[in-house]
Amino acid sequence: MPVNESTAPPADDTRWQLIDRVMQRLDRRPDALIETLHAAQDAFGYLDSTTLAHIASRLRLPPAKVFGVVTFYNHFRLKPKGEHTLAVCTGTACHLKGNDKMLAWLRDRYHLAPGDTSPDNRLSLVEVRCVGACALAPVFLPDGALVGKKSFGEATAIIEEWLGDAP
Amino acid sequence: MHREELAARAAEHQRRLDGFAHHILVCAGLGCPDNEAIIAALRRAVAERQMENRVLVRKAGCMGLCALGPIVLIQPGEIAYQTVRPDDAAAIVASLGQEPVQRLLLPPDLPFFARQHKNVLALSGRIDPESIDDYLAAGGYGALLTVLTGMRPVDVVRSIQESGLRGRGGAGYPTGLKWATVAKATGDRKYLICNGDEGDPGAFMDRSILESTPHAVLEGMIIAAYAVGASQGYIYVRAEYPLAVKRLRLAIREAERSNLLGRAICGSGFDLTLQIRLGAGAFVCGEETALIESVEGRRGIPRPRPPYPAEKGLWGCPTLINNVETYANIPPIVRNGAAWFAALGTDRSKGTKVFALTGKIRHTGLVEVPMGISLREIIFDIGGGIPDGHALKAVQTGGPSGGCIPADFLDTPVSYESLHELGSIMGSGGMIVIDETSSMIDVVRYFMEFCMEESCGKCVPCRAGTAQIHRLLTRFQERRATAADLAMLESLCDLVKHASLCGLGQSAPNPVLSTLRYFRQEYLDRMVPAEPDGEVQP
Repeated sequence: MPVNESTAPPADDTRWQLIDRVMQRLDRRPDALIETLHAAQDAFGYLDSTTLAHIASRLRLPPAKVFGVVTFYNHFRLKPKGEHTLAVCTGTACHLKGNDKMLAWLRDRYHLAPGDTSPDNRLSLVEVRCVGACALAPVFLPDGALVGKKSFGEATAIIEEWLGDAP
Repeated sequence: MHREELAARAAEHQRRLDGFAHHILVCAGLGCPDNEAIIAALRRAVAERQMENRVLVRKAGCMGLCALGPIVLIQPGEIAYQTVRPDDAAAIVASLGQEPVQRLLLPPDLPFFARQHKNVLALSGRIDPESIDDYLAAGGYGALLTVLTGMRPVDVVRSIQESGLRGRGGAGYPTGLKWATVAKATGDRKYLICNGDEGDPGAFMDRSILESTPHAVLEGMIIAAYAVGASQGYIYVRAEYPLAVKRLRLAIREAERSNLLGRAICGSGFDLTLQIRLGAGAFVCGEETALIESVEGRRGIPRPRPPYPAEKGLWGCPTLINNVETYANIPPIVRNGAAWFAALGTDRSKGTKVFALTGKIRHTGLVEVPMGISLREIIFDIGGGIPDGHALKAVQTGGPSGGCIPADFLDTPVSYESLHELGSIMGSGGMIVIDETSSMIDVVRYFMEFCMEESCGKCVPCRAGTAQIHRLLTRFQERRATAADLAMLESLCDLVKHASLCGLGQSAPNPVLSTLRYFRQEYLDRMVPAEPDGEVQP
């Protein structure tokens, strides 16, 4: 099946070359889908409908199937993230050590629930199901850098300072 | 690359290492943040004293005691320092060959280290995970060479059967039996999969093994592929473990360059290629048939078993699936013999097991102990007990699929059978210590919320049952539950356990059932008094 003109990605976007390389490495077989989605999300930060249409067309998969896979797995995002991302681990050890309290504080202080991005696009809050640093619980990750073993007071101060709005 | 070349390369690397009078090993796992800054500071301190030719600063894998990390180990002398910061670098380098830095010193006889029995973790924290030469110099890939040069596939399978090794992913199926089934299966194509989708929230054994000794997992997989006749393999790892993925990619590349993977491995007639597949955040993909669906690029929805993957797995071909820790156990078994392994542990649970100690315990971290050790020894001797003057209430094993073992059973020897009898499971090795400040209802509701969200939705008992159990547990948490709710909770747990398609649903009621068994009073205390007859129900 030839690639349809309207679903072909912009040829001058180098990020697509990276994604193409992943698909080619796996011979554009249907099982390349999840690896390709990872590559696309790494390149663009999220997966929009145009990106998904390009991928479906290149792997010769029905768009519905691609969308079904994207929505099945928690890791894939359909919306862009804010300038900064705060990930709060909600694994068992982090739950026992009070990360639910941290999420409640974030809701009060920044009016954000997990999955939300602030209206000024500054901060996205995400919940992660265990990053495997359980021995350092409770754990949170401002822009991917792991912070652990902090009391509630220390943790909130770190987040306020990181966002540059300490009272 | 042939045996002699590998031996020469290992010897050459060992000579280089022996040329340094002091080795400073810095834990560079996820559990020791800031390790890069510490390594840089140590290297600067070494350069300032112009000791570059005598002191080697290296990154190493996890040393286990995450609670007191970052840990730095000085060799020779086995001097371990705790909670090291970059500012400590000058003092550490100045003390080399002199008195150790007392304020950072970990007591050398600390039971945390002294009481462990390291087998899978033997090289963890002792070698650079990003150097194949380090692994080779430590005797790595020796077991593979033994297999390729002197054992037939059937001999390898028999040896694993004789060792008594059982799957370390949770279910405890005899590994040798699984290998024998795949080896006997007919078909030109067979596959090999490593299950690194460590989904239990509260467990990190596999992450640490992949980060610390990725080549040991590869070596176990290559031996397994040879034994069962597979020529293509996949390692399925969680995307939430970026460091493990990075080190694994590097290890595969280095193994390919050294002809330990690829065509005609080490001059034998045996070929194997290995590829990584990233998980994407779905707990159900730890279930073997869901994992296969995911490797095939689809939604991770379990298939009915039988047929088991050993007969009909990836793309309908016979497929061997083992967990990370199971593969990491293979090289030591080949090296030391099946009898050595079978002598460790209990009658039916052989060898050692890695546990992740977390929750309300002083020495949180990663430990490896012989099967049959008591929970008390793990928690109080090795783990240092419960901090802040609190008392132990329960130990949770097996995560969302396991149960809560109350303090009364602390003297139980840890084995697949004993934990099952107590209403829990060995699971993959997460051990979460709960003190009296936590409500069991809260813990159980947390696990049920997890299972509800992670249910794939294919079968009704799991999809609807976990949601209803969660709703009932919420009523208990809010002290609104009635006697009818309790009866419904027990009946639903029974239904979901027996009618669900896969392990996720079948085991989801376990935390509820075990707490109903041991902590029933907490449920009863949260019920509203029965309404008198005749009153209108709201």
